[in-house]
Parts: sequence; structure tokens; C-alpha cells
Amino acid sequence: MCRRCGCELVRYQSKDLQRPLALACAGAVLFALFNAFPFLALKKAGLVHQTHLITGIYFLSQQGAHSLAALVALTVLLVPAAHLFALLYVLIPATFNRTLPGMFRVFRWVRTLQPWHMLEIFMLAVLVSLVKLAKLAEIVPGPAVYCLAAFIVVTAAANAGLDPHAVWALWKDPR
Amino acid sequence: MMSSFMTARQLGYLSCSVCHLLCSNCPESGAEERRRCPRCGARLHSRKPDSITRTWALLLAAALFYVPANALPMTTVTALGKAQSDTILSGVIYFIQTGSWPIAVVIFVASVLVPLLKLLILACLLISVQRRSRFRPRDRTRLYLLTEAVGRWSMLDVFVVTILVGMVKLGTLATIEVGPAALFFAAVVVLTMGAAMSFDPRLIWDAGEEIHD
Repeated sequence: MCRRCGCELVRYQSKDLQRPLALACAGAVLFALFNAFPFLALKKAGLVHQTHLITGIYFLSQQGAHSLAALVALTVLLVPAAHLFALLYVLIPATFNRTLPGMFRVFRWVRTLQPWHMLEIFMLAVLVSLVKLAKLAEIVPGPAVYCLAAFIVVTAAANAGLDPHAVWALWKDPR
Repeated sequence: MMSSFMTARQLGYLSCSVCHLLCSNCPESGAEERRRCPRCGARLHSRKPDSITRTWALLLAAALFYVPANALPMTTVTALGKAQSDTILSGVIYFIQTGSWPIAVVIFVASVLVPLLKLLILACLLISVQRRSRFRPRDRTRLYLLTEAVGRWSMLDVFVVTILVGMVKLGTLATIEVGPAALFFAAVVVLTMGAAMSFDPRLIWDAGEEIHD
């Protein structure tokens, strides 16, 4: 505990890196799945409108809201993807007690990108839109919705179970 | 109670803000702006540079955008030739009227209350730091940590609009278009997140420390 502000300074956490690594690998598979599978479908009067996760972003930019589309793409696709692959780049050598060039720099990005990783907020937005549209038409959730939910659980577990000090401690002072 | 311990700064050290490596703060190791953490490469500084000015700038810009974000329409629904525009608040009212209380509360908290409270809290913190206030620094630090953690959830409404725009595309039956407020609203969220990140909570404690030095 910090004696000044009462914040938690150190918590005992398992130094095990294999579990976060396994979860991150599962996350990479799920990431590919929820991008590839159909996301939500809308049924109304015989018409079916099938969408993917990127459909909304695509229509946003078609309607002229390019910067908004870019922001959404960044926070729900690019940052999560970059975050995941950076995490794998750090965790794979770290589990074998090795280091790769630039590994600690990459891990710094993993730590600083965290707040811009907004898929869990996106999931809540999915629920809100379902309620909003439920009166208008029938909504059929596709496999991508379940993959997205699983992805959020898996990445949250990977981040919660990962003790950053287990990675930082691999660094040796060159001096 | 104060200063029964030494701070790293008093002992001539500084801690990396990302990986918490303790580095020596001797002046020979170069100008403060150019030094980087030997481990993770993050910039090292004992206090974030120009923290108060930057936070004020981002905060004022966010406050300015907050007005059109709430006044202009977020979405325009065109159904069977009739167009209807919705602002954030009219969306909340719609949910209350249709009986979806929990959703109404979630949207109201995430997109009206949180941004507004964030603007007010950060402004109060900045003023208190500038006036070198010694008023309950522990609670002010907690308040800061809370605003920093909660702010990103305001993106909720932007994502809802994205999903709606993608979903409702039923030929001539119904379409939904983004309104001008969506971009302003997204700007408010990003700017307040930036403001919270550029504020340095250690400044809250500096006022109490100087008296002891």
C-alpha cells in the first residue's frame, strides 16, 4: 500500500506466464473468428439484412463520417489486434526465459494501449442496440457475437492473470 | 504524519511511469526532456511536462464540444419516408417511455453524466492544484483515479450509433444516418481521456510537501 494515497502498490500474483500466453493464443483465434463470421442479422417483412462487425464502420464512412469511422475502427479493431500481437511477441519468448530485440519497448506499448482497447464497451453497445431494435424488427445474433463475448472474457483473463513484473524482471541492466 | 518517509524525488530518484523502474535523477544524465527509461524506453520525468497547461487546453476543448454533442442530433431515422432526428437525451427519454429503465440509466450515466462529471472533477482538481490547496489530498487522488478509469465507457453511444447504422439498411423501408453530434461526442470522449492522462496526480501532493522542505 502506498502510505500517501492508500493505493495498492504490490499484489501477490502468480509469476506464471504460461496461462496468460495460452489465453492470448485463444484470443488470437477468437479475434479471427469474430471478424470472419456474420455478426447480427435483421429480419423484417421477408427482408434479411446480414452484417459483419465491420459493416457499421463501412457505412459510417460511406455516409461521410470518415473520422468517426476511423476512430471506431481504431478502438474496436486495430488497437485490440495490435495489443494482442504485441502481447504474444512478449509472452512467447518470456515463457522460455528468453528476450527478443525490442521486447520491453513492445511491452511498454502493451501497457499504454490498454485504455484504448474498447471491445468490452462495444459489447455493451451491442446489447443496447439489440434492445433498441427489438421493437423494430427481429434480430438474429450470429456466431461472431458469441466469439466476441468469448474474446472479451479470454483477453480480460489474460490481462488479469499476467503480472507485469514477471516480464519486467527479465530485463538485465546492461551497465 | 507527513514526511515520516522520504519520497523518491527527495532521494534523487525517479520512477518510470510505465514499468516502475527506479532510475537515478542526477543532472549529469542529461536534460530531463530527453531522458528515457533504460528498460522500456518511456520518457522519464519527475512530473509530467506542462501538465496543468495541457490538461486545461484539452479540458476546455472538450467542454466546448460538449455543447453541440448534446444539442445536435446523434442519429436520423428515416422510416417509410418520415425522418426523425434523435439527440442523446431524446434517446434516453425514448427508453424511459418504452419502459426500458435499465438501458435508459446506462445510456444516461455513460453519455451525459460521466462526461459532465469528468469535466467538472478535472476542472476542480486543476484549480485546487493551482491554488496549492492542501485539502484532503487522498480523496482528491481517489477522485482522479476514478475519472481516469471510468471515462472510456462514454464511447458507448458512439458504438451504438455505429451498430445501428450498419444494421438498419432495409432498402426503402428504413435507414439510420449518423448525425453531426456523433463526431462532437466522440471528440469529447477522446479529449477528456487525453486530459485525464496528461494530468499528473503527484501535483496534488506537492503542495503539502513544500511546507515541510
